[in-house]
Amino acid sequence: MSPLSRREFVAAGAAAGAGLVVGFYLPHGMRSSKQSFSPNAYVRITADNKITIVVARSEMGQGVRTALPMILAEELEADWKQIEIEQAGASTLYGDQTTGGSASVRTTWDPMRKAGAAAREMLISAAALTWAVPRSTCAAQNGNIFHAASRRQLSYGELAGKAATLPIPTDVMLKQSKDYKIVGQHLARVDTPSKVKGEAVFGIDFRMPGMKYAVLSRCPTIGGKMLSFDDKESKKKISGVSHVGKISDSAVAVVADSVWGAMEGRRLLNVNWDDGPNKELNTAKVMDSLKQAAGKKGASLYSAGDVSKAAGPKVSAEYQLPFMAHAPMEPGNCTAYFLGTTCELWAPTQVPQDCRDSVAQAVGLDPDQVKVNVTLMGGGFGRRLEHDYAVEAALVSKAVRGPVKVLWTREDDMRSSTYRPASLHQLSAVLDGAGWPVAFTHRIIAPSISGQKGQPGPNGIDPDLPDEAAFVYGLPNVSLEYVLVETAVPLGWMRSVYALQAGFASESFIDELAAAAGKDPLEYRLHMLAKDQDIPFFTTTWHTARMRGVLQLAAERAGWGKPLPSGLFRGIACFGCFSSYVAEVVEISMENDAPRVHRVVAAVDCGQVVNPSILEQQIPGGVIYALSNALRAKITIEKGRVVQGNFDDYAPVRMDEAPVVEVHAVPSTESPTGIGEPSVPPLAPALCNAIYAATKKRIRALPILS
Amino acid sequence: MAEITLRVNGSEKKVSVPPETPLLWVLRDTLELTGTKFGCGAGLCGACTVHVEGAAIRSCSTPVSQLAGKRITTIEGLGANGLHVLQQAWIAEEVPQCGYCQTGQIMTAAALLANTPNPSDEQITQAMNGNLCRCGTYERIRKAIRRAATGGAVAAGGAQ
Repeated sequence: MSPLSRREFVAAGAAAGAGLVVGFYLPHGMRSSKQSFSPNAYVRITADNKITIVVARSEMGQGVRTALPMILAEELEADWKQIEIEQAGASTLYGDQTTGGSASVRTTWDPMRKAGAAAREMLISAAALTWAVPRSTCAAQNGNIFHAASRRQLSYGELAGKAATLPIPTDVMLKQSKDYKIVGQHLARVDTPSKVKGEAVFGIDFRMPGMKYAVLSRCPTIGGKMLSFDDKESKKKISGVSHVGKISDSAVAVVADSVWGAMEGRRLLNVNWDDGPNKELNTAKVMDSLKQAAGKKGASLYSAGDVSKAAGPKVSAEYQLPFMAHAPMEPGNCTAYFLGTTCELWAPTQVPQDCRDSVAQAVGLDPDQVKVNVTLMGGGFGRRLEHDYAVEAALVSKAVRGPVKVLWTREDDMRSSTYRPASLHQLSAVLDGAGWPVAFTHRIIAPSISGQKGQPGPNGIDPDLPDEAAFVYGLPNVSLEYVLVETAVPLGWMRSVYALQAGFASESFIDELAAAAGKDPLEYRLHMLAKDQDIPFFTTTWHTARMRGVLQLAAERAGWGKPLPSGLFRGIACFGCFSSYVAEVVEISMENDAPRVHRVVAAVDCGQVVNPSILEQQIPGGVIYALSNALRAKITIEKGRVVQGNFDDYAPVRMDEAPVVEVHAVPSTESPTGIGEPSVPPLAPALCNAIYAATKKRIRALPILS
Repeated sequence: MAEITLRVNGSEKKVSVPPETPLLWVLRDTLELTGTKFGCGAGLCGACTVHVEGAAIRSCSTPVSQLAGKRITTIEGLGANGLHVLQQAWIAEEVPQCGYCQTGQIMTAAALLANTPNPSDEQITQAMNGNLCRCGTYERIRKAIRRAATGGAVAAGGAQ
């Protein structure tokens, strides 16, 4: 190809709208020079032999600041010790920067590999030109280019200046997985030391000169409005309260010199609320509305064969799940500095671009006048896919004309959040003479998250739902339907989203079928997966063989079928979501009618594992999160207000309830798929199936300890 | 407002704050020691754990007026000479995911080991049960405490 100028290159990349953006990137005001080599937006090599890799997804504990650079460094043939990490803010250079859907590795696997490979090839060319030898006689290894015949070598830093003058290749060879030196290794996460020293800067920790703190009084009733407020006591009795003002129809901000001052100012603030249209709303009414809607015809999510023509004994059951809250450890917060024609944010966010766009709209700027810096997050779990905290911070900063950190308390987070939708599930199956299912129907009756946010999919089906409700068994007759129900309760995407609901209902019901047929639950599932089949399901084609693989691996490692000590019982479940397959075997005992989980054996097929250490964190992390959800997570609403407020009445699992979790990965060289969420859905059904094994009681509604 | 002299991480700090201000906010906002975290504001999650006279306390629920002259240690002052053995163990066992609760976890664990150098599993659970982790790192926390207790913190794991 002919060398493109940098400007042309940016234009070409933008015009193509390509996944791999190969614009020339000059972060933090850096200027191009002969000493700096930056062939694309993801990597920069300087003459001092420093390699900076830019991470364009947000770190919330799932390890992207380590895993994504590993992918690029692998193709770059870099020395991992040379690598420095830089967090990208909101930018047009990286495509969609949303961190969610267990997508960071699976969607950047190709761009990161190509970015590293392009840089590597240019460094090889630079060395070949320097030495006046054929390119083919030069090789990249460990941060150097070698010329074996003459025993010469040059470091990437030494070659950076020359490489920067060369054309960027458009088509590069990628490495074979057998040659990987970094990908697949147990590399320590780059952020661990700073986190154990207390030096890591989360959103709540960011500070700047002159910054004030704000807490907001938000209408406690869903959909209510502020009528008036009286701030005399706040201003008179609390020193440091500098501003109290309405920032939206339903919120008043109290700004002070300290967080405590702002909290105290809010405590003394007297707000007169109009409770609005939902003042009689309660959870029982929502569940009734789901039951009423269950009679309606649903929209088809997936259909194979014809379930209505299957003949034989029929088994039916209904399952239901409550609203749940994400409850990340770091409460919502954002720092904003509005300066008239610009606004800068320091946001712990999964959606830097949404923050930019929403803030721009809220404060009357263009998106390119809003700069978003992405901080570390103390957990996300989907809560930070919203951007309410960013908009609030920008509006308060605009009101006070100075830098402001808006901080949510735990009660704010619990009561003014978005929630995993409550849902009702109607399942039925037709069994043949031997008890094997020949038809399977699952009707999901639930509100739509995307629909509520103004993006309903075709037929009212939430665009996320089909991929999170996959039925990977290759039965001849399958019908999955969705019935949309409207609700005023604010909805959000919570770790594994609809897969938690779909997996709980579906995998519990499969267990019911196995029990009805008098068959072993593992054998029952394996029988349905016995034939190798590809099952195209919206964006993913599922393979029965891979699901079989995780089931067999989990069962084998758990000792399925072998006798357990007296008082211990097992349950099993498997589910596919975010393109990964997970099976879990849960071992429990029953104490005072409550399950105690002792051990969870998880098997996962997520394709190529980029960093096994991170996999071994994420899978147990998902299991424990799911155990909290299964045991006690329930948001209830009375008179239009969320009842739960803190970790006493919304009580996640603590150490005394946390089981040992074993992780086993199916060896694979397939492209990597998600690991952040797929271990969540199988846990609740495997646990409830274990409870059935122990008690012969079927749990058809979560939470278990309600 | 009250003038209070605090002894934080070995140095005297004079602060002028309302006396009922929880220690947490004095540490974070006034003294700029942000390693101590806000999680619940009600003593339910342990993210704000620091030591007062060697005992683990919840700084979110402790008014600063009670602490004049008392010896306060935060995560920033835990390892007087480099990393504390528990911080080393936390790195070796690769405990943190999001990491937000981990400074509080380490402070609770440090108070445990100071009194009980070789705790049983039950003692670990009892001591650590007030510290929540939404990433579910409990098993590794337990391993890291065992590692530190048995003097193996420096040697193994977490290479690279």
